[in-house]
Amino acid sequence: MTQDQRTAPDRFQTLVDNDERIEPRDEMPDAYRKTLIRQIAQHAHSEIIGMQPEGNWISRAPSLRRKAILMAKVQDEAGHGLYLYSAAETLGVDRSELLDLLHAGRQRYSSIFNYPTLTWADMGAIGWLVDGAAIVNQIPITRCSYGPYARAMVRICKEESFHQRQGFEILHTLSHGTPEQHAMAQDAVDRWWWPSLMMFGPPDSGADQSKGHTAQSMAWKIKRFSNDELRQKFVDMSVPQAGVLGLTLPDPDLHLDDETGHYRFGEIDWSEFFSVLKGNGPCNAARMQHRRAAHNDGAWVREAATAYAEKTRARTAAGAA
Amino acid sequence: MSAVATYALRLGDDALVLSQRLGGWITRAPQLEEDVALGNIGLDLLGQARTLLTYAGEAQGAGRTEDDLAFLRDEREFLNLHIVEHPNEDFAVTMARQLFFSTWQLALHQRLVASTDEMFAGVAGKAVKEIAYHRDHADQWVRRLGDGTEESHHRMQAGLERMWPYVAEMFAVDDLERALVEEGVAADVSELRGEWDQHVDAVLREATLTRPDDLATPPGGGRRGVHTEPFGYLLAEMQHLHRSHPGATW
Repeated sequence: MTQDQRTAPDRFQTLVDNDERIEPRDEMPDAYRKTLIRQIAQHAHSEIIGMQPEGNWISRAPSLRRKAILMAKVQDEAGHGLYLYSAAETLGVDRSELLDLLHAGRQRYSSIFNYPTLTWADMGAIGWLVDGAAIVNQIPITRCSYGPYARAMVRICKEESFHQRQGFEILHTLSHGTPEQHAMAQDAVDRWWWPSLMMFGPPDSGADQSKGHTAQSMAWKIKRFSNDELRQKFVDMSVPQAGVLGLTLPDPDLHLDDETGHYRFGEIDWSEFFSVLKGNGPCNAARMQHRRAAHNDGAWVREAATAYAEKTRARTAAGAA
Repeated sequence: MSAVATYALRLGDDALVLSQRLGGWITRAPQLEEDVALGNIGLDLLGQARTLLTYAGEAQGAGRTEDDLAFLRDEREFLNLHIVEHPNEDFAVTMARQLFFSTWQLALHQRLVASTDEMFAGVAGKAVKEIAYHRDHADQWVRRLGDGTEESHHRMQAGLERMWPYVAEMFAVDDLERALVEEGVAADVSELRGEWDQHVDAVLREATLTRPDDLATPPGGGRRGVHTEPFGYLLAEMQHLHRSHPGATW
């Protein structure tokens, strides 16, 4: 064993142990690199697939102000996709390869985006609940051991918290509007509440227990809290906010546990989660079809851009010669 | 309706309707950078539209808001040009539409900066910076597509042919605008054609594309509220939710 082979993993572990950042040029275990590529890609894919349910309402937004806010929001999500693909590229993969894996169904995106946006109030519920859950998931990633991912997440979290406030405000306006608007808001919250709780992934223990990579990711400081800890944080945050909105949450078992100060909630239907994950959600096929169509329809444009860049380079070279 | 209100509606409707069309590209663009860019252009135009429609409502003096004007007018009351209501079709058609419109809109706003009407001058002052970017974005894509692959060249040429019939309307002046030009409020669009030709011709030349022939009798009528068939569907989609809840606040 050479000196280098001995010291590289040691240096990696020392950096992780000291809460310092791993940077692209640092040596890192292959499994760490693979885990990060998978996680960052999944995160990037979620941003771009997540544009679809909201993009669905841009043309129909009920006021020009709301239209502007929604367009800016969906545009932010495209921007998040761009930072995240760039962060993944620092690990030696290409955005186009990752998109191919997404289109081939070999990489995932967050299951939450396989639910449909049926009314305008869904724009509020997505902002308040889905972005709210995303923030709870993502804030710890700002301290993730991999530098480029952690830094991308700082910027993304700032924008997400803005989105969450906008969603809350949409619901607040609807809830305090006409009876029809109030009903629209309540219906949206009824539909999005349980899927939002599922966004934190399967429970830490029991029959539906996560078979994922939690323990290893915790050791590498990619993940800092367990699924159930994050889920509890989200519930504790959301219940009082629902009160301010004047809306109820669709869980008869939801109550404050005086001893712990936490809100206890009813049983999550994990069979629904696993079914959507397997591809049987209401919009899985439509989301992928839309994404592939955009990619395929745009192929001739990307090819033209590449051909033009090559011609320009050749002309510049010929001019310089 | 005052001439100023009508003029504000014309320019505001151009911006609103093109913004609505561009919004349709979000999640459908050829690459992520274009989802961002087309969204950005759409947002700039929406911002211009909101200021102009608000001003039109004030100038009308009937208490109508930007939303009343955007969501509660019917097809025959919209005063935008035909070019902005043309469906997106493919990326080449969209880029032809953007090159033609942004080149025109930039030349117009560069003159409106000196309008005797403070609101038009103010809108133009901010808009020229935005539109210069929109035009540059379109210039670059028309060059890439024209001088890219055989397929993209063919599609870009077809896009130009598709949008060319709508060019003439942009330079037509009626009595209302003529009077506003006299007062120094509006800019004379018939004077913009030379500058427009020069810019567009230069881009097409570099892009190895051929300038289409002018039509003997080009279509028009947008400024009088006479539109193309696809426009009704655009409004139906845009206005449906707002109209389903009369008097509601969003």
